[in-house]
Order: sequence, then structure tokens, then C-alpha cells
Amino acid sequence: MQDINTTFARPEGLTDVVTHYCPGCTHGVIHRLVAEVLVELGLRERTVGVAPVGCSVLAYNYFNTDFLESPHGRAPALATGFKRLRPDMIVFTYQGDGDLASIGMAEIVHAANRGEKFTTIFVNNAIYGMTGGQMAPTTLPGQVTATCPFGRDTALTGMPIRMVELLSSLATPAYLERVAVHSPAHIVRAKKAIKTAFTCQKEERCFSLIEVLSTCPTNWGITPGEATQWLDANLKAFFPLGVYKRPEGMQ
Amino acid sequence: MAKILMKGNEAIAEAALRAGATNYFCYPITPQTEVAEYLAKRMPDYGGVFLQAESEVAVGNMLFGAASTGKRVFTSSSSPGISLMQEALSYMAGAHLPCVIINIMRGGPGLGGILPAQSDYFQATKGGGHGDYRILVLAPSNLQEAVDLTMLAFHLADKYRNPAMIIGDGMIGQMMEPVEFPEKYVEEELPVKTWAATGASGRKPLIIKSLFLDPNALEHNNILLKEKYDQMAKEEVRFELYKTGPKNRILLVSYGTMARICQTAIDALEAEGISVGLFRPISVYPFPHSQLREEISRPNVESVLTIEMSMGQMLEDVERAVAERKPLAFFGRTGGIVPSPEEVIEQIRKLLDAQPAPRKAKKA
Ligand SMILES: Cc1ncc(C[n+]2csc(CCOP(=O)(O)OP(=O)(O)O)c2C)c(N)n1
Ligand code: SF4
Repeated sequence: MQDINTTFARPEGLTDVVTHYCPGCTHGVIHRLVAEVLVELGLRERTVGVAPVGCSVLAYNYFNTDFLESPHGRAPALATGFKRLRPDMIVFTYQGDGDLASIGMAEIVHAANRGEKFTTIFVNNAIYGMTGGQMAPTTLPGQVTATCPFGRDTALTGMPIRMVELLSSLATPAYLERVAVHSPAHIVRAKKAIKTAFTCQKEERCFSLIEVLSTCPTNWGITPGEATQWLDANLKAFFPLGVYKRPEGMQ
Repeated sequence: MAKILMKGNEAIAEAALRAGATNYFCYPITPQTEVAEYLAKRMPDYGGVFLQAESEVAVGNMLFGAASTGKRVFTSSSSPGISLMQEALSYMAGAHLPCVIINIMRGGPGLGGILPAQSDYFQATKGGGHGDYRILVLAPSNLQEAVDLTMLAFHLADKYRNPAMIIGDGMIGQMMEPVEFPEKYVEEELPVKTWAATGASGRKPLIIKSLFLDPNALEHNNILLKEKYDQMAKEEVRFELYKTGPKNRILLVSYGTMARICQTAIDALEAEGISVGLFRPISVYPFPHSQLREEISRPNVESVLTIEMSMGQMLEDVERAVAERKPLAFFGRTGGIVPSPEEVIEQIRKLLDAQPAPRKAKKA
């Protein structure tokens, strides 16, 4: 219950559980934005989330919605199966960059290409968080990780994959936007994007995916403060923010 | 209802629809693609979901998502495709989700061939994916049985909240036979699916998962699974005895297409006055161990002959039942070669020649 003096409270879309995320990790911020949007759009009670394998594997404990826990990378296939049978429900996947851009590449590309009408929240922190900081498909050139200790050598491992750009090359209509959550201004923009994505789903328009640049101070090996700076200076430079695709007839 | 002449794959597809399974996910693979082609045409009449996925990995996981709604869902595939579904089957078993998989087996390993084989018995009956789980497996030997067992599979999958599989082969899938569908599929009433994800409206959020980081919770989930398998062993064992009796010196053990060929061989030998019996497991998981042991233990049975279209997989279950009570022989062809009744007869004669005819018991 919010009294008149409450200015900040836990949204109804989140459960009263302390998350396991590291200090300075922005997974929690992203959870909150999704939860707020679901409540503001009046969707919470008919929503099913699909949790990935990754640091957000326990997302199902934090959202006040029904949840499925997927195999690594397969959340878009689960979401497809569910949404096809229950088009009246709201379905979203919440996936990391290892989950979505590596092992789950086929599932996300084909779900997007079929125009499955669910929403994907794609958390890009340029590293495998849960397994302890290994190279991800999104790891920046030269970035040091546990499996590229001398820095990512793009001659051997290729360049980081820009997922929204890749998905925006598909001819099927979609809503695709990249945002970040490392500053208040970015958080406000990110929430707007997430709201647009769920609105696309609510209006049964198209597939929607919001890529969120996120911090992983633990595995980047820097402080939370440095992590926001590193994200702003490096991640954002390689992964430009903005709307990459929107369905026709939608502002 | 009158009998209709149908191809096996199509009859199986129709049976699923009649059992109320109107949600199907697939990826093309010989020799079962007619299931998909048939359903692509029929599904609009049922207002169900037909979806051709990007891979069998995706198919399995779409079943996972779709089954979470509480509706009946299924797929059909063949050996290499079934291998790719093992990930999802393990997760679904762990999460107590029902689904039906039609596996029209072909020869392996690897890409193998496209002709009939029974070389995925291990994969089907011993788990298949990672973790301590089983799926319920039924093996029809003719098309009417394929129809009946397909319908039953949906019921059993729901009853146990566990994946259930039909294993057939290209022979079952491709041949035509008259089949009959019940006017209305009647099944025992099942509990309401309170476990389905329907949205946290007026209730706490519901989570469908196979992740249990606490070892006690994970062990508990395994105990729950084991209890289901024990119940299956009590309630779902199915088998058929063919021409077993006080006279047969040899007992054949065979399932599916191979069992049917054995029946032809048995009939031919019977005409010559040689009596041979057949024990045909219909549920291969749960396997009818004690029932087979009972048949084997009859005094007239001198030896047991297991015949499979593999190098000997069900043989291991038969060995467990025989437990060295009687001599056990094996005959198998594989790679897509279907033994003829003559080959089976030859094997039986060899065995009979090797063992002298029983002497009449002396009166005491
Ligand atoms: C099939 C399979 N392979 C590997 C793993 C191990 N694994 C768990 S989490 C993970 C990486 C997750 O990284 P990411 O998707 O970037 O999410 P983050 O942890 O950074 O949020 C891996 C490889 C697994 N659980 N399943
Ligand atoms: S390891 Fe990284 S991504 Fe995972 S919770 Fe910690 S900071 Fe967040």
C-alpha cells in the first residue's frame, strides 16, 4: 500500500524478493522497467515470462507474473509455442547475449522472421555473466574475458554481433530498438522503448525486441561506477542506440 | 464407424486430432513427413496450431512452451530429429509437462538411412536426454493399433504429466491398412490442469521449471518422477501373447513391425505342426518384465528368441526378465533390412535342431 508520502515503492509487477544480482548490475533496473510497464499497460495478470539460462535464470522469482524457465537460448521457441496457443496472453522472453546471440541465434532469428507476436528483452552486457566472464558474441574487439585473456582477437573470433541491426535486415515487420540503462536519462528512454514494445504486442502488431546495454561490473572486473563509464564510452560506441525498425502505421 | 483405408502416417495424424490434440509442431524428415502434410491440410478445420519450425531443437522447445498452456500438443519425427528433441524432452520431463512424440524410426547411427529400423529403442526407453527421467513408450505393430495407441498416448501423457512416445518405423508409417476411428474418443476423466500457466490473475504466480539449485529440492523432484515411473510400471504395462500355450518349446520376444513378421512365421510353422509362441511388448517403457518372466518360466518353454530390427537393444530388457532361467538367443537385422518370415523360420529351426525334442515325462 502506498501512502501519501511514498515516492518510491516496489511496483506491483515485482515480487517482494531480494534479487541475487551483484552490486552495480543493471539486470535489476531492467526487471523493474518491464514490471512497471506491464502494470501500467494493465497486462500483468495475463502475462507469461520466459526466463533464460544466464544470470537472470531466476527472473521467475522476481516478476509477479507466471513464468517458464527455458533451456539455454530456446526462450523464443517456448514463447512461440505458448503464444501460438494463447494469442490472448502477453508473452515475453528475457535473455542475455550468450543466450540469445550465441546458442539461441537460430531460435531468435526465426521467431523474429515468423513475426511471432511476443516481446524480447535482450540484455547485452558483452560477456557471459553467470558462468564467470567468458567471451560472448557481443564481446568488444580487444576486450579481455576469461576465454580471451589477451583481448578478443577478431581475426580468430570475428566481430561482435549487432543483433538489432541483424534482425532489422529481415523483411518481416517488427519493432526493434536499442537502449541503455546506465544513467537516469537512459533509463527513462529505455522504459519508453519497453512500453512501445509491449504496446506492439498488446495491439497484436508484430514481434518486438528491445536490446538493453547492461553492466556487468563483476566480470568486467571494475567498480560499478567505472562500469557505467565503460558502457557509455565503449559499448554504446559499438552498439549505437536508437530505433532500428518500427511497423508501418506506428509513430 | 466404417473402416477406412489409410496410410500409417496419416492414420496416426488423424488419431491425434480425434484425441483432441490440435496443436502440432514439426520439421520435415523421411519417413514420417506425411504426418505433417496431412495435418497442414486438416488443422484449419480444427482451429488448431500447425507450425513448421526451423529445427527439431526448436520443435521440442515449442512443445515445451505450448504444453505449458495445458493444451494437448504433439510432434512427429524420425531418429535424427528425435535426437535433437532430447534437450526439450529432458526439460519437459523435469518440469512435469505432457506431450506426445511420434517417432517413425529409421536406421542409424548418424544420418543412417531412411528404411525401417528399431535402433532407437535405447534412446526411447532409457531416457534419451540428460538426467534421471523416462518417457512412456508405446510400440504399435499394425495401423489399427497405431491409431488406438496414439490416442491413448495423449491420455497417458496427461495422466502422468510426462512426455509419451509412439515408436514405429517406416513400415508402420508408409503402409496402408483399413482402420477404424471411434465415433467419439472417450477417455477416463483427468484432473483439471491447475499447473498450466494462465496468468497470475487472482492467484500467486505459477512457475514451470526444471531448475532446482537446492540439492534437496532437486532430489525431491527426482523422487516425484520415480514415483510416477513406479505407478506406470503398475498400471500401464501392455503386452500381447500370440499362440503361447502348453506346447510351444520356443518363445519369441519381438515388438512393433518385427513382431508382426514373427506372427507370420509362427502361423507358417503351426501349419507344419510346430508350435511357437510370441510375447509382444506393447509398452516398451514400462517394459513388461514380470509378465515376460512368467511366460518364460513355463515348463514347456525351452528357450527364448529375441528378434529385433537392431543389433540387440530390447534384448537387454529381455535378458533382465530371463535372468538366465532359460537359454536366450538373439536374431537381428538392421540398417533398414526387414527380416522376412522365412529368415525368422530359419532361426527357429536352428534353435529346434540344436535342442533335442523333449521326452515325455515318465509316470511316477
Ligand atoms: C546447453 C547449455 N550450455 C551451457 C550452459 C552454461 N551456461 C549457463 S549461463 C551461460 C551464459 C549466459 O550468458 P549470457 O546469456 O550472456 O547471460 P548473463 O549471465 O551475462 O546475464 C552458459 C554458457 C547451459 N546452462 N546450458
Ligand atoms: S555476474 Fe554480471 S550480469 Fe551477472 S549478476 Fe553479476 S554483474 Fe550482473
